[in-house]
Amino acid sequence: MNNDTIVMSYVVPADDFTRAGEASSNVKGKLKKMGVPPEIVRKVAIAMYEGEINMVIHATGGTIDVTVSPEEILMVLKDQGPGIENIDLAMQAGYSTAPDNIRSLGFGAGMGLPNMKRYTDEMEIESKLGVGTTVTMKVKMV
Amino acid sequence: MKVNDIIEKCGFKVLNLGESPDREISAPYCCDLLSIAMGKMPADSAWVTVMGNINTLAVATLADASCIILAEGSRLDEAALQKAKDQGITVLMTELPIFDAALKIYQGQHA
Repeated sequence: MNNDTIVMSYVVPADDFTRAGEASSNVKGKLKKMGVPPEIVRKVAIAMYEGEINMVIHATGGTIDVTVSPEEILMVLKDQGPGIENIDLAMQAGYSTAPDNIRSLGFGAGMGLPNMKRYTDEMEIESKLGVGTTVTMKVKMV
Repeated sequence: MKVNDIIEKCGFKVLNLGESPDREISAPYCCDLLSIAMGKMPADSAWVTVMGNINTLAVATLADASCIILAEGSRLDEAALQKAKDQGITVLMTELPIFDAALKIYQGQHA
C-alpha cells in the first residue's frame, strides 16, 4: 500500500434487496487489490454490508463514504430515514424492528448493529427522529 | 479438504461451480439467519443453509465462505443463480437435512 488517502463514495438504492451488498462487495474487491490484509478486509466488508442492509430495510437508501488511509479505514453511512428512537435498545443483540417480509429473507435477527460494533474498532451513531441516521465506523489497519 | 473434494466425497449436486474449486475449507458452518451467519461464520467455511436468495450470495462473498451447500432440497432463485455465476461462487445442493449435510462434510474432513 502507498501512503495516499483514497475516498470511495456509494449511493445505496432504496427498497432494492437485489442490489444491497454491491457497495460492500465493491469496497471489498478494491481493498483486496490495494493489499489490505484479509482479516481487515473481512471486518470492513461485514460491518459495511450490515449498514447497507439497514439502509435498505429501515431507511430509503442513503450514501456511504469510505476513506482509506495508511492508519485506518473510515466508513460514514448516512441516511434520511426515520431515525432510531432508542439507540441503546437498538444496539442490544436480538432487538429488531424489521418487518416480517425482511425476516423471511433471513434478516431481522437483531444482529446488524451488534455485528457492526463487533467488527469495527470504533463506532458512533448519530440519529434524529424524522431526520435520519449517520453511522461512523473505523477499522484500524494494525 | 477442498471444495472439489466435497463435491466428490459428499455427493452434493453442483448448482454453480465457482472460480476457485481448489479452495481449502476450514469447517462446515450451519445457520439460516443471515446476520448471525455473517457475524459468526469462520472464514473459508462450507456454509450449509436452506436460504437460497440473493442475499445468501452476498453474505457468502462478504464473510469469505468457501462454498454454499443448500440443504433440504433448497434451490437458488433465478436472481441468486445469476449472482452466483457473476461472482464465481460455488453453490451445491442436497436433499439431506442441514445437520446431515454438515456431518458429511465433517466426516470427509476427518476421514
